[in-house]
Amino acid sequence: MATTALIGTAKGLFVLAGERGGTFTERGPLFAGENVDATLLDTRRDALHPTWFVASMSFHWGPTLRRSDDGGATWTEKDEAPVAFPEGAGASVARIWQLAPGPAGEPDVVYAGVEPAALFRSSDGGRSFQLVEGLWNHPHRTQWAPGGGGLCLHTILVDPRDPDALIVAISTGGVYRSDDAGATWRPSNRGIRAVFLPEPDVEFGQCVHKVGRDAADPDRFYLQHHWGVYRSDDGATTWQPHEAGLPSTFGMPIVAHPRRGGTAWLIPLQSDEYRCTPEARCRVYRTRDAAESWEALSDGLPQSDAHVTVLRDAFTCDGGDPAGLWFGTRSGEVYASFDEGDRWELIASHLPPVLSVRATAG
Amino acid sequence: MRVVFELAGPLRQHAAGAVAVEVDVPGGASVTDALDALAKAHPAVERRIRDDEGLLRRHVNLFAGGDLVRGSEHTTALCPGERLVVLPAVSGGRAGLS
Repeated sequence: MATTALIGTAKGLFVLAGERGGTFTERGPLFAGENVDATLLDTRRDALHPTWFVASMSFHWGPTLRRSDDGGATWTEKDEAPVAFPEGAGASVARIWQLAPGPAGEPDVVYAGVEPAALFRSSDGGRSFQLVEGLWNHPHRTQWAPGGGGLCLHTILVDPRDPDALIVAISTGGVYRSDDAGATWRPSNRGIRAVFLPEPDVEFGQCVHKVGRDAADPDRFYLQHHWGVYRSDDGATTWQPHEAGLPSTFGMPIVAHPRRGGTAWLIPLQSDEYRCTPEARCRVYRTRDAAESWEALSDGLPQSDAHVTVLRDAFTCDGGDPAGLWFGTRSGEVYASFDEGDRWELIASHLPPVLSVRATAG
Repeated sequence: MRVVFELAGPLRQHAAGAVAVEVDVPGGASVTDALDALAKAHPAVERRIRDDEGLLRRHVNLFAGGDLVRGSEHTTALCPGERLVVLPAVSGGRAGLS
């Protein structure tokens, strides 16, 4: 099964390509020196030849977005700022944290989540983006506060049943939901405890790290919070903790299986003060019962002296069958599993810190 | 009148490899006027010098007549043939970015 992984690092983009079970070639760095915070392999037009999008940020020259329609051989980049606040908004895009496909039936729709926390929508295949003003003008916005990485909108989920139903997540702001294509938004955080606040049960202000949607039940979500792993069964209206079997409830990424309901993975970190894998063991945790329980997966991963950090978008599923999983570490390793997490392989090492990983298999 | 932007190496790829680019501005124009003209002539260069709000990027330095221009772009008047030098600041090494 031919597989391509885009590894966004703090020093540019690396491309890993190969067959499952074989050797992967490594190309890069592309866009050397830039922080590659987000990538998207958009398979909606052609599953075997996805459109590549790469969002990066130069320390000196600011953010940009590139697109490739030929597997990274050539790139196009707009002369004008591709994702920018309109005049008068009083803000400037610092980083593009997330790129997400729009509805399956609307392949020209692409979303971008940025810092400061805002959502942008493209209706021309990512060539231009417009600010989703309904969220930007939400009265809560001025009370959102940056987490350690910045005030970012990092999760964008489109309801597969309704292209107008959107879920986004902001650190720190929490989960927000729109049912009218972004015109209006409401916070959807009930039950998520903001333990870093004097009053943890707040309407908004949670530090949601990542959210995934269940493959079988679009109203079911899995959420990794800044302390706490949660599930919602009612379209993100309410959330309940589901942490049985986890060594820590702190972590950054959470990934849902693209086809099998009830299955998801996460990578716990020891704590917010020591953001490394617990007990110096690198373990992925999987649920197959909709987060009622979590099991450790460690075969092939370092189990001693492994002080590993995996960021929120550095863990992904490649969509193959069986599902392939990929994650990159801040210490520059890339691991993959081609049997849904049972066994892991080291695919690349000695890379710059890994910020984002996306992969496709077909 | 014409003024010249001298481009740091990484910017030249966004100006077809040019080491410097000229823009036309009215007599008495300010640095801001020159940057506005640059935005029309070479938007891929200008957006790397200024952000969405039109402010100089934090880690980009712009010199006019040898003087650093930051915060005085609106009031710094230019002479015909003035050379504006764009350079990356001596910064970096920040945790998480370096």
